[in-house]
Amino acid sequence: MLKFVIKGLIRDRSRSFFPVLIVTAGVLVTVFLIAFMSGYIESMVRQNARFDTGHLKIVTNAYAEKISQKPYDLGFIETEAEFQQWKEDFPSVRWTPRIYFGALMDVPDDEGNTVEQGDVFGMAIDFSDPSAVQDIHLNEALIQGRIPEAAGEILLSEELFSKLQLELDSTVTLLGSTLYGAMSFRNYIISGTVSFGVHALDRGGIVTDIEDARAFLDMPGGASEYFGFLPSMVYDDDAVQEIKQEFNAKYNDEDDFSPQMLALTDQNDMGFMLQYMGFALGLITVVFVLIIGIVLWNAGLLNSIRRYGEFGLRLAMGERKHHLYNWLLVEALAIGVVGSLIGAALGMGVIQYFHVHGFNFGVFTQDTSMMVENIIYTNLELKNLLLGIIPGLVSTVLGAMLAGIGIFHRNTAKLFKELET
Amino acid sequence: MTESLVKIRNLSKLYPTGGGGFLALSELDLDIPSGAFMGLVGPSGSGKTTLLNIIGTLDNQSGGEIEVLGHKVSTLDAKESAALRAEKIGFIFQSYNLLPVYTVYENVELPLLLLKMPKAQRHEAVMQALTWVGITDKRKSRPNQLSGGEGQRVSIARAMVKLPQLVLADEPTANLDTENSLNILDTMLQINKDTGTTFIFATHDQKVIDYMQRVVTLIDGKKAKDDLKTGS
Ligand SMILES: Nc1ncnc2c1ncn2[C@@H]1O[C@H](COP(=O)(O)OP(=O)(O)OP(=O)(O)O)[C@@H](O)[C@H]1O
Ligand SMILES: [Mg+2]
Repeated sequence: MLKFVIKGLIRDRSRSFFPVLIVTAGVLVTVFLIAFMSGYIESMVRQNARFDTGHLKIVTNAYAEKISQKPYDLGFIETEAEFQQWKEDFPSVRWTPRIYFGALMDVPDDEGNTVEQGDVFGMAIDFSDPSAVQDIHLNEALIQGRIPEAAGEILLSEELFSKLQLELDSTVTLLGSTLYGAMSFRNYIISGTVSFGVHALDRGGIVTDIEDARAFLDMPGGASEYFGFLPSMVYDDDAVQEIKQEFNAKYNDEDDFSPQMLALTDQNDMGFMLQYMGFALGLITVVFVLIIGIVLWNAGLLNSIRRYGEFGLRLAMGERKHHLYNWLLVEALAIGVVGSLIGAALGMGVIQYFHVHGFNFGVFTQDTSMMVENIIYTNLELKNLLLGIIPGLVSTVLGAMLAGIGIFHRNTAKLFKELET
Repeated sequence: MTESLVKIRNLSKLYPTGGGGFLALSELDLDIPSGAFMGLVGPSGSGKTTLLNIIGTLDNQSGGEIEVLGHKVSTLDAKESAALRAEKIGFIFQSYNLLPVYTVYENVELPLLLLKMPKAQRHEAVMQALTWVGITDKRKSRPNQLSGGEGQRVSIARAMVKLPQLVLADEPTANLDTENSLNILDTMLQINKDTGTTFIFATHDQKVIDYMQRVVTLIDGKKAKDDLKTGS
């Protein structure tokens, strides 16, 4: 009987070709959307982790409260010993200090008179630690010049650099305030320019060595934030939450300057974002199942009108209704399997392409503060392919079930009546 | 005395319609012995198809009693009546109702697939049935490649392939010309003689009526005449 059914399917194009096409298209779109969205989510997590949140970070209680303002004056000072201790306590995480600060940049002419002035956003990292340099992909981000080697050298965002028509190795002055609120200014040499693909940084960012920033801001042995990264560089919320709880249980107390550990999901609404994205992925899948299911349901109904003769005949020959119905589901399943496999295979090709080449999203991310890379790579994962295939199967079977119920509700004699004409 | 294959007592059929229902059959008594080759005749709307459907357990009666192949139809559940149809009753339709995507061979094979008959046995039975109707050379053709006469032959083969005890044929010649009609009637009569299978026809085609050993005339759902011919 299976052979009989399969023969019918293959020979009757309207029973196979069209439905397979629908399923293929649906699975292709779903698989691709899922791969794209999860690529997008991963990109977002990565970018946030690199530049803003770490996988984990340690800040003071007071800093945590105003974390969006990045108030370095509420940061740590002289915490080298503690930092050493934390590193020893949590060796499964790689720790690195950072300071974020705002300052006024003054571009002087040869005589020292101001030519241009503008706000800059400073990010200080530990240049002596190659991992810290790698964390923000500094080598890749470098456009001109070189990474600072000596004290007093900084990197400037390429955008600002060209806007101000500066030259490499020229001197600029940063004006800011120390941790204690005193006025501070220092001269820096621009050793190179960078472009991170993160709009906030590219608009007017500078990158300096942490020691320079400590001196400039009068934060000896301090940091505004200690970033922690899982060695795999892939965010794992379960692992992170466990570490966070252990740390906070051990070190966090009421004091304003007591250290507090935050997870990536505690910051920038990332927790909500991740949940929301998960929900959106689920929604895409459900919508796909519904749309394809409804299309196939209707196709199935049209088809069964054409096939009433066959159904009536088979019932007259003594086939049971549920038997007939089950075979309809088998037909649907066969279509679902074939369509899903073709769709997944095509989807995999498309995903593979964008996994390698990526989408350039720079144009769209220009005006948003969302931390997403300019180029999104689709996520090539077996799990995502399955997420597309399963609804492909569910929707075909669902469509056939609904269509089949229509047939089921006709009584044998009526079906049989339609045989007579 | 031959035992009755179909036994009908005071049978009635009421189709539910808007105005209280339509009485398609009433006060019908009929005994059909095994091996009969008989026709139900009568004007259009007289209830021939209705009666055939009830005998074929495709529809339920509204009143009275009917026994088919020793089973009281009213007591059969869906499963039992399906089994009865699958094993013992063959149907032939006016419009053949061959499945267009299957070959002649596959169309004839279908009833046996439903009976879960093993393949070798199936092959033998299908070839036998195709031989009866003289169409073995067309077994690989699709229905749309057949003439009307050939199509109806295939549908006879399909009805006969499981060697049913009873074949119900509703206007089997209505779409055929005289020559083809006589041809398939000859074929069926031969099968009836060879196998003892009972044939019940619903028809108003005089050619068919001429072949019948017995003709029951229905008018307005009632038995108007029951003619037994001698010889044929
Ligand atoms: N499902 C139904 N609902 C209501 N009335 C019906 C139904 N089926 C048949 N009838 C009526 O019952 C009567 C008998 O119908 P039936 O089909 O048995 O006639 P018939 O003798 O086979 O006619 P024909 O020679 O035209 O095939 C007709 O008047 C028909 O209109
Ligand atoms: Mg009729």
